[in-house]
Amino acid sequence: MSQPVDKITAVFQQERPAFIPYFTIGFPNYDVSLDVIEACVNNGADIVELGMPFSDPLADGPTIQNSTQIALKNGITIPKCLQAVTDLRARGVAAPLILFGYYNPLLNYGLEKAVVDAKAAGANGFIIPDLPPEEADDLDQFCREHGMGFIYLLAPTSTDDRMQLVAEKSTGFTYLVSVTGITGARTGLSETLSEYVAHVRGFAKTPVAVGFGISTPEQAATVGELADGVVIGSKLIKLADAADDPAKEVGAFVKSIVDAL
Amino acid sequence: MTTKTRKTLPPKFGPYGGQFVPETLMPALRELEDAYIYYKDDPEFREEFEHLMHTYVGRPTPLTYASRMTEHLGGPKIYLKREDLAHTGAHKINNALGQALLAKRMGKTRIIAETGAGQHGVATATACALLGLECIVYMGTVDMARQKPNVFRMKLCGTEVRGVDSGSQTLKDAINEAIRDWVTNVDTTHYLLGSALGPHPYPTMVRDFQSVIGKETRAQIMKAEGRLPDTIVACLGGGSNAIGIFHDFIPDEDVELIGVEAGGHQISGGEHAARFADAEVGRPGVLHGCFTYVMQDGDGQIALTHSISAGLDYAAVGPEHTWLRDEERAYYTYATDEEALEGLQMLSQLEGIIPALESSHAVAEVLKRAKTMSKDQILVINVSGRGDKDLDTVIGALEGA
Repeated sequence: MSQPVDKITAVFQQERPAFIPYFTIGFPNYDVSLDVIEACVNNGADIVELGMPFSDPLADGPTIQNSTQIALKNGITIPKCLQAVTDLRARGVAAPLILFGYYNPLLNYGLEKAVVDAKAAGANGFIIPDLPPEEADDLDQFCREHGMGFIYLLAPTSTDDRMQLVAEKSTGFTYLVSVTGITGARTGLSETLSEYVAHVRGFAKTPVAVGFGISTPEQAATVGELADGVVIGSKLIKLADAADDPAKEVGAFVKSIVDAL
Repeated sequence: MTTKTRKTLPPKFGPYGGQFVPETLMPALRELEDAYIYYKDDPEFREEFEHLMHTYVGRPTPLTYASRMTEHLGGPKIYLKREDLAHTGAHKINNALGQALLAKRMGKTRIIAETGAGQHGVATATACALLGLECIVYMGTVDMARQKPNVFRMKLCGTEVRGVDSGSQTLKDAINEAIRDWVTNVDTTHYLLGSALGPHPYPTMVRDFQSVIGKETRAQIMKAEGRLPDTIVACLGGGSNAIGIFHDFIPDEDVELIGVEAGGHQISGGEHAARFADAEVGRPGVLHGCFTYVMQDGDGQIALTHSISAGLDYAAVGPEHTWLRDEERAYYTYATDEEALEGLQMLSQLEGIIPALESSHAVAEVLKRAKTMSKDQILVINVSGRGDKDLDTVIGALEGA
């Protein structure tokens, strides 16, 4: 029987690189965030990372920080994030959905319960930016038992033995942080990105997607030449923040990225 | 250095501690651990550190017999470990200088730190001025407003103080911002964390740099009394002064170790920073890279804390304390804002020593505890810092009301 993680893997069978937008659940409010996520998928997004808010998001730059703080003010909790997955599936969103959030709220909710409930809601996996492989044994085991993806991150600072460690564990895909830094749009891509992606490929047993700092179709196209997937987050939040009709605006942007890939 | 031959330190205290940080920082934490393991036993490093502790910090700090307080309370003989007399006015300099020396040997040219009350910021600014290192301190804008003199002290020492506007604009947000800076500038930068918390190896390394407090106390009380104390009392925010004085006594099971958290307004209602005292909000969780007791809401969001003392106003506690509590080797209680103010006045009036509001929580506990102890017993209070920085707050609380 096909498991949730298999749907993530299947995305990477297609010819062009996968586009993986990130959007915060509950920004600028719950309903609009679901409209935006639905519009992403309708305009060609292959997988969506659903941002679960945390009070102390230490890997995020100001744009995503601001969006998650607004989400918290809007009463977004772990149960509400799981509800969002259920609601998106009810709207007919079929693309894999990955829950992206910090560790403590999941730990507090109960790790196994989080995995079981996320699967029941229709999610496909997790990305936990403050949970390196050394600390991830419990959540990793529950994800394996229930067929959920657990996407680990690598950074430009990662040493070969860490690349090896992550390669052994990551399922669905491996998330390469493109820059030594936090999330947020940047003007230029790292000059060593090509070398770095190629080096990781020597270890990885999954497709590799690159994120952090990407914000334009041109950058996405460049990254798409190197990697199997491209992640964009902060730029979508900025667009949604400034737009009268966030779903329409973000949807058009997603289309421009997908066309460029 | 390969994985097989790498020496490591235990990353956890029982189940507590660990390294819950973004991947970008994992190699930096390993580099720090490697460097610390190497230099902590390097004779040249030790000699330079100890020389500065003696000639610059002013160590050993005295152990003062509090005769009038002893007489007034009618209980045990009370001694005061005088970290308030260390250079910059608190124990924070022990760790700041140790880490700054280490960072310099690691070839780091840029130091970042967080600060709440400003004591750790001042200690770091001081160590960086002494060693010629660039220094940036993150501080919540709320804390900057209530600790203006310390902001100015840091600037005088050539440090750039960056206000943090996010979240609650206090210590926890300053740590978030310092970690974000470190993630971005990890190649050139050492994060000089100020308490025995955060990801491994910080809780172990900071404790080691602070354990000089307990080692001196042991020698001094043996000289004064010919025996070990019955009880040691210290205040507890992150817990570096407490673990500093406790650590050397952990094997001495007859020495009772008491940590005092910030009870804030009171426990019911949640306006405090007593992680161990309030089961409604305090339970094991992860904050700033470390699994330990954390104050959080029902959804696992970090709770806002309150204490009259900015240095105790933090939602998590150092992991070794959580372990000592589980093991029943140390006991943890709390003092409210009001009790701390009483403690501050009592020590000022009876001994002519104005303690920091943080340390006043330990004094407040002794005011209660002395009644339950006998005259032939000995108690040591860790006076972790001096109260000059708190005068505005104290004036506001005592005369403004």
